[in-house]
Amino acid sequence: MKKPPVPLLQNGVRSDGRAPDQMRDVQIAVGVVSNADGSALVSYGLTTAVAAVYGPREMHPRHLSLPDRGVMRVRYHMAPFSTKDERKNPAPSRREIEISKVLREGLEPAVILEQYPRSRIDVFIEILQADGSTRVASLTAASLALADAGIYMRDLVIGVSVGLIDGVVALDLNGLEDQYGEGDMPVGYMPNLKKFTLLQLDGAWDYSKFTEALNLAIRGAEYIYQKARDALKNKYMSIAEEIYGR
Amino acid sequence: MASISPYGKRFISYLRREQIRRLLSTRYRLDGRDPESIREVQIKVGVVKTADGSAEVKIGRTHVVAGVKVGLGQPFPDAPDEGVLIVGAEVLPHASPYTEVGPPDESAIELARVVDRGIRHCNYLDFKKLAVEGGKAYVLWIDLYVINDDGNLIDAANLAAVAALKNTQMPAVLKEDSGVVKLDRNNKTPLQVELDKAPIAVSVGKINNVLFLDPTFEEELSLDGRITFTFADDKIVAVQKTLGSFTPGELENALSLALRGREYFYTALKKVLG
Repeated sequence: MKKPPVPLLQNGVRSDGRAPDQMRDVQIAVGVVSNADGSALVSYGLTTAVAAVYGPREMHPRHLSLPDRGVMRVRYHMAPFSTKDERKNPAPSRREIEISKVLREGLEPAVILEQYPRSRIDVFIEILQADGSTRVASLTAASLALADAGIYMRDLVIGVSVGLIDGVVALDLNGLEDQYGEGDMPVGYMPNLKKFTLLQLDGAWDYSKFTEALNLAIRGAEYIYQKARDALKNKYMSIAEEIYGR
Repeated sequence: MASISPYGKRFISYLRREQIRRLLSTRYRLDGRDPESIREVQIKVGVVKTADGSAEVKIGRTHVVAGVKVGLGQPFPDAPDEGVLIVGAEVLPHASPYTEVGPPDESAIELARVVDRGIRHCNYLDFKKLAVEGGKAYVLWIDLYVINDDGNLIDAANLAAVAALKNTQMPAVLKEDSGVVKLDRNNKTPLQVELDKAPIAVSVGKINNVLFLDPTFEEELSLDGRITFTFADDKIVAVQKTLGSFTPGELENALSLALRGREYFYTALKKVLG
């Protein structure tokens, strides 16, 4: 294991001052891209993801449409200036293609695509600033953008990461912990249906730590879920106030 | 470049799909297996003489060939004292009527990356031993070729990669008088691996609330969920949910089912490799 420049965990406190089961500051805004049918900006600490949804709209090319349900397209992409070290090549990497796939499969269980035959729904996600946990911040942003676009959904999907640092299960890894920790587990969770829609893991995990991490992820997701709901409500409450007054 | 659902058009008729789903709900399968059994596994090493290491794995009719080529290159800047592992996967146009000619699609990329993660996070290989003096490092290229896709590619490709590494002969490093460092393919020694710590990937499918091992191609087109666990030693080294959704209880059951599948794959691997 590579040695981190600063200790990841000292007396139960993480390098950025958090407790192991503590999220970074979560900021959520809905409706940030006025041209899109739905959009959301989500930050977990410094990690910032913007999602925009266009659709349902006509599928091009036509032969890719399906007669019995809609087709969802997801693109996860990192801005060239989003990384800490060198400029990231803007061409989609293998990592970004894989993440686009797992995010799409993380959203599909929540979206009622049967409501949109012959159509497509496009979800575009851009990472503006990366400091660990980018795919899970993307997932929260994408599901909020879909909800904002008025797409039929079974639940919101909340993304949250858990990891293993110095043998301790920790919530919401930052970039440093992601790079030097012993394990990383991004999770997508539907809090109302109590189902996982995204689950990846790498590192070396004991079976008991795996179960512990799943439980911590659920707690983290429920915490973010409240904030996500509030952000959605706020947008529509402010529109209602504009129309009907207080 | 966006991820599209369904990626490439893979179809199964509603009737066939319903037949598979109804049967599995009563814990039967079309090929006569019960949910917890895996098709016959055949592993053969050294099938490609031009490669530095190779293996062929068949799980039922699924057929994957893995080839290892050893190169000499620069180590990654964040691991200057370690060798480099690069895994690629290609689902050939031979493999199924749905595969098109072209660069690897997202499923092939995912396949390669899941296998890569398994090998990287266990102690099967000692990456420190792959460093070469003078700031260079051995580069292990593992290429996974899917020749016939009858489902469960991840498990098969993982076994093929593990077996091919065990079969790999490392060319010696030759330093010429001019200072140029290159590989000497006339002088080879076996790559050291620890078979006890081999990563084993096990995929679990879900239809309604029945969990089962080793889904076939047609079953994969009828699933409600699929998740792959990779085990090494007494640890979980990789997980990838590749379809649908799972409740916490289902995940726990999938994990213990996968552990049983691991025994089967590991026995098959050990019988051939050591």
